[in-house]
Amino acid sequence: HLATSLPLPSERDHLRPRIDLVVFMIDIKSKYSLKNVETSLVHVDASFFLGKVCFLVTGVGRVNACSVETNAICKLGKAYCSPMLFCELELEGIRVATAQRLVRMLQICAGHIPGVSALSFVSLMRNSDDD
Amino acid sequence: ESVDPQKTAFALRKAWTLYSVTPLYRFRRARLRDYARLLSAFIAAERQKGLAVEVGAELDIKVALSSLAELRGSELDQAALLVQLSSRSQASSRNSEDKVVWSGWFCSMFGDDLSENIPEDFTSLPLFLSHGAESYTALVGSWFQKTFDCCFCRLAISPQNLSWMVAMWAGCKLDRAASAVELVFSVPRLAQPLDISYAIHPEDAKALWDTVQKTPGEITQEEVDVFMDCLYAHFHRHFKIHLSAAKLVKVSTAIASAHCDGIVKILHSQYLPGVLMLLTELAISQIQ
Repeated sequence: HLATSLPLPSERDHLRPRIDLVVFMIDIKSKYSLKNVETSLVHVDASFFLGKVCFLVTGVGRVNACSVETNAICKLGKAYCSPMLFCELELEGIRVATAQRLVRMLQICAGHIPGVSALSFVSLMRNSDDD
Repeated sequence: ESVDPQKTAFALRKAWTLYSVTPLYRFRRARLRDYARLLSAFIAAERQKGLAVEVGAELDIKVALSSLAELRGSELDQAALLVQLSSRSQASSRNSEDKVVWSGWFCSMFGDDLSENIPEDFTSLPLFLSHGAESYTALVGSWFQKTFDCCFCRLAISPQNLSWMVAMWAGCKLDRAASAVELVFSVPRLAQPLDISYAIHPEDAKALWDTVQKTPGEITQEEVDVFMDCLYAHFHRHFKIHLSAAKLVKVSTAIASAHCDGIVKILHSQYLPGVLMLLTELAISQIQ
């Protein structure tokens, strides 16, 4: 399900399936996308931040079109204790690999991978980031 | 420091295309005359090969290399190096003035970050500015690359860096009436490209910056962000358009203007060192 911002319209609440993973997309070329994500984040219940939220930063291939400061993005990831994936959607290989990663994460968050919970997975990712 | 305005006048009011240059190997200041001769011969040879740059191929290209001791930040910087290509048509009289057809200069303004760490035998002049036909830039560039084993790379300026520039320059104090502060945005993903030009009265822009900046002489990323956010919010209030979603491609102030393709025009001699310092920093970060 794709949404331009949160909160989701309440009219469809009863039709909506359970949400296992929320991916916030930030386009490094658009400051507006960062602001939009920041205002949407406050509408997410705190329990999601135990491994069911991740940030996807796109447009990283073009450093020269950068409108957003990388520090600001990393601070956001740290503040919300959620992993940050960087990708370039315009390159098919990276697009496919990123999609595969997200599907993997979704499988874990939905409980389809025995022995791995969303929380254990996100703490695994965080430890490798700090290295 | 006081810089002789005469010596630096050539740098003003021209659109310079920016490049970053890796350090030059075995460059000797004493040999400028030799280099000029060698470059001149190189250009003549390339033109013989059929890479004629102008239709009127009788034009004689004269090369001059000079050092500009005033154009540097500190004693640790190398003095700027100016290369000028001038032509004298063989048809005109021998006493006629040579016409400068192309100029380019290497510069380092407080470029200690790079010059501190390079080995002996290397000269650090990370910023290159050129004005004139692209074909001459290519000729001069390839001679320098071959002779000093360096590498030229176009210096693009990101929207983030352009925001820094407009915030810095809009806040500068100017004694006489200044031109408007202008930001040009390009809107992506439309069937036909759309450019939005946002012009602000220079006094309003300076007043806004003065309320944002906490310590005079210091600028932080947060202050630049607040400044830009105010401009975006004002525009949104009037036109319901989120400029923050568009790409900032050009900024223009009374001090200088800069385009994201790496083209800069400096208008005010007093702020020339400041602008060059910023550009040197950009060049160095591209090299590293």
